[in-house]
Amino acid sequence: MTEATKGKVQKISGPLVIIEGLPEIRVLDMVRVGDDKLIGEVIRLEGDTAFVQVYEDTSGLTVGQPVEDTGAPLSVELGPGLLGNVLDGIGRPLAEIEKASGAFIARGLVVPTLDRNKKWDFQPSAKEGDEVGPGDVLGTVQETPSTVHKIIVPPKTKPGKLKSLKSGAFTVTEDIAELDNGTKFQLMHRWPVKQARPVQKRLDPTEPFITGQRVLDALFPIALGGSTCIPGGFGTGKTVVEQMLAKYSSADIIVYVGCGERGNEMTEVLREFPELTDPKTGGPLMERTILVVNTSNMPVAAREASVYTGITLAEYFRDQGYNVATMNDSTSRWAEAMREMGSRLEEMPGEEGFPTYLASRLAGFYERAGRTTCLGKDDRQGSVTAVGAVSPPGGDFSEPVTQNSMRVTGALWSLDASLANRRHFPSVNWNLSYTLYFPFLQDWYDENISPDWKGCRKETMELLQRDGELQEVVQLVGPDALQDKERLILESSKMIREDFLQQDAFSDIDASCSMNKQLGMLRAILSYYNQGSKSLERGVSIEDLLALPLKESISRMKEIPEEDIDKQVEVIIGLVQVEMDGLKGKQKAAAAATPA
Amino acid sequence: MSLVTKELKTVTAIKGPLVFVDNAQDLPFYSIVDIIMPDGEKKSGQVLEVSNKQAVIQVLEQTQGLNVPQTTIKLRDQAVRFGVSKDIVGRIFNGAGNPIDGLAPIVAEKRIDVNGSPINPVSREKPDSFIQTGVSAIDGFNTLVRGQKLPIFSGSGLPANEMAGQILKQAKVRGKDEQFVVVFAAVGITQREASYFTKCFRETESSVVIFMNLANDSTIERILTPRYALTAAEYLAYECDMQVLCIITDMTNYCEALREVGTAREEIPGRRGYPGYMYTDLASIYERAGRIIGKKGSVTQIPILSMPDDDITHPIADLTGYITEGQIVLSRQLHRSGIFPPNDILPSLSRLMNNGIGEGKTREDHRPLSNQLYASYATGRDLRRLVAIVGEDSLSEMDQKYLKFANDFEQQMINQGTENRDIEQTLDLGWKLLSIFPKSELKKVSQKLIDKYYQG
Repeated sequence: MTEATKGKVQKISGPLVIIEGLPEIRVLDMVRVGDDKLIGEVIRLEGDTAFVQVYEDTSGLTVGQPVEDTGAPLSVELGPGLLGNVLDGIGRPLAEIEKASGAFIARGLVVPTLDRNKKWDFQPSAKEGDEVGPGDVLGTVQETPSTVHKIIVPPKTKPGKLKSLKSGAFTVTEDIAELDNGTKFQLMHRWPVKQARPVQKRLDPTEPFITGQRVLDALFPIALGGSTCIPGGFGTGKTVVEQMLAKYSSADIIVYVGCGERGNEMTEVLREFPELTDPKTGGPLMERTILVVNTSNMPVAAREASVYTGITLAEYFRDQGYNVATMNDSTSRWAEAMREMGSRLEEMPGEEGFPTYLASRLAGFYERAGRTTCLGKDDRQGSVTAVGAVSPPGGDFSEPVTQNSMRVTGALWSLDASLANRRHFPSVNWNLSYTLYFPFLQDWYDENISPDWKGCRKETMELLQRDGELQEVVQLVGPDALQDKERLILESSKMIREDFLQQDAFSDIDASCSMNKQLGMLRAILSYYNQGSKSLERGVSIEDLLALPLKESISRMKEIPEEDIDKQVEVIIGLVQVEMDGLKGKQKAAAAATPA
Repeated sequence: MSLVTKELKTVTAIKGPLVFVDNAQDLPFYSIVDIIMPDGEKKSGQVLEVSNKQAVIQVLEQTQGLNVPQTTIKLRDQAVRFGVSKDIVGRIFNGAGNPIDGLAPIVAEKRIDVNGSPINPVSREKPDSFIQTGVSAIDGFNTLVRGQKLPIFSGSGLPANEMAGQILKQAKVRGKDEQFVVVFAAVGITQREASYFTKCFRETESSVVIFMNLANDSTIERILTPRYALTAAEYLAYECDMQVLCIITDMTNYCEALREVGTAREEIPGRRGYPGYMYTDLASIYERAGRIIGKKGSVTQIPILSMPDDDITHPIADLTGYITEGQIVLSRQLHRSGIFPPNDILPSLSRLMNNGIGEGKTREDHRPLSNQLYASYATGRDLRRLVAIVGEDSLSEMDQKYLKFANDFEQQMINQGTENRDIEQTLDLGWKLLSIFPKSELKKVSQKLIDKYYQG
């Protein structure tokens, strides 16, 4: 790099550094600031002056230190070696940082995302002489025992004829193929994180994203390629919900972004995931997971980068034809980072001090989710499902981050402090949450689960709705003042709440629940309600119904292993029939006894 | 850095705790400077912003006596540092890290930047060793583990200090004989509170390092006090293999100081006038709890804060709750009923509890039993509201049992006074309280545990 391309630091204010002397620098170019070569990004230009947000701690920097322009925007390396990795917000592997600087993170370290020395076994699938363009598959690398990494022609490449295509073991930077127009390919390529990767076509969300969590799958499902936000005050279990999704959801690849959250929490993920078995492949869960970590005491400016790094990684695996889910915990910290930079830039603030572009940034982020036909001749399909946790201050959902997220996502899983306080987990509030995807998914349920599913869901929702209304009355006058029918509704919805919606994330059997088991459990509870209603009509007293011993079998349904569920549900439904018929017998006996 | 540092006599303005200096481009960002007053007295300051025109310096002490023409600024160090050695154990320092116990100055083994560096998440060890505090409300329901940060949310007039004092006296890691040390940071507390803690320290067997910034000391110094304490804590934990319990009281005073500085710098304020970066700033304190792979020691934090007007949604409590791994909430209503410690377990939480309990750590029934007690107590508390409206007689028999349970639970489990209970005593008491319910009502404990422990 020549002396001419070096600028100078003019002003330092926390993570904002103002530089001069780089007239040709472009917006969003990455720069190296000062003697320590701190990594930063240009966010504003005024004449010869550039405003840089620095992704590392700026203590000790002085006016006049040199600044280098790297000439490229903040990019992430995409290629084999990503899975199972733990990256910081700007894509540096934390394990390599540890090797370089020990247990505490030092500044200005340059560590490539992908290991430069590791050789990967590349199997070509295209042939020399093939005409290839963006998205076409050149070949594959078996990255982990369960995941095949497709090496694709990067987007925006000029199409051409394959002049050469090698086979064998290569590092990520060695050439594996060349086009007749001179373009060379390696196992990896770079992509600027703030730019969405192009697709051929976007598809309708017609397949559900199965989570294994009853309250989500049964009541508020989202689609593969959908997006949802999870607002909840502290202690409502946002992180546990996101971790459960990472563990048990139907995605092939998980990108988990810990944005401004706790260090110990990330440690839990780091220690736990390698030990957990992926229910689909039998391999360690970590083999299908990428973690992007910017804990709350790591530099603020890298928080925004971590969110974009995460979604770019997700898009890259989508382009290979995988269903990818990305969890972002939490988007509020990202918004706060925007607010902090905004105020240092002396921008006119919008609502609650957040910058006015908060809404468009959030929208732009969630729109990168979707189910798509990927680039490439084989028209493979992939999806990115985006889940964003929101941490509203004081648990107040009227704040801008929650409101703007709700506007752009297709579902709301609202976590409730009062449910969490009584240890009702997952603390998803069934009255406030919603999903806009259900109409798109109905056909899928008919074909793949059961034609009953829609009906069961509707009945369950109605019971919960009635329950909500009746609870208000009970608060005023006590349950005794209600009619028998209404008390049966209270009892049945209590079963739904306690025996169905509550799910123990720490139980071996209950942590994840198949759609089939969910359907069985709902059938059993609804049969209690429906048979109970009939019994009431026959004159059975509500006290007798409430005292039935079968209630205990229903309350222990969660503990039934998946393989026994069909049989056990039949048993319970049988019990409902038998025990309620038994009540009828007593009634008759009483009636017969009275005249005598 | 050259050996001869320039002396700047170019002060242009003094506003609150801030001094504005021209031609100060040589000062590194965030470095520490000497501010030499007209009468020759030295004060410390920190560079908050620097450009080719001027620098903004925050004076870490009172600004009284400074003037524009005669004040001199001189670079002292790149960062605020604290000289540490093993000898700091048992000593008392002021909020700026200088000994105030009249003993000899510390011969520093090394000088560490008090801002610390973030621990690499990859290097962190999972916190999973149970710390027995001897307080049922914590051990049984919101278990503290090593390397955790668990704040106490208090209010004016609530006995948070007494509770912290009790933990201090009783806390131990079971079955292990390890060096245990308490690092205590007093941030803007009154002399009365300070003497309470000093008395506690005399009664405990643990060694203590104390950092005192009292209510009448410099406000700005408060921003540094917890950082000095944590630097000492990290040194003792990761280099001297000690188990460190760090108590910081009162974080509310810390946040007030942060707001004071923010306002003086004419920053755009966030909620209730607190700076927008308060989350990040608090995180840089709380996140310094933890364990590191390959090191024997640990830093466990118990920060204490007063919720203004008992409001848990106040920014101080709110942001703290988002960073820390749970919270212990004190309740005014329990306090008024004469219950000590007045720990309201319903809004309290320990996120790391599951890591530290169960078979081999406490007892196999701990998690389910605690869930069951929680749920039953919550039901009982809900019913109290109903009773206020419809009267106790209209409740079903079962509901009356729940009501009785909630009272017994508060009186026997929570209200333990100064008794030191081990975890088995707490759990056994739990089963005893549950015995008023029939087995079928205990849905959160498995049949196996009921067979083994149920006493009804």
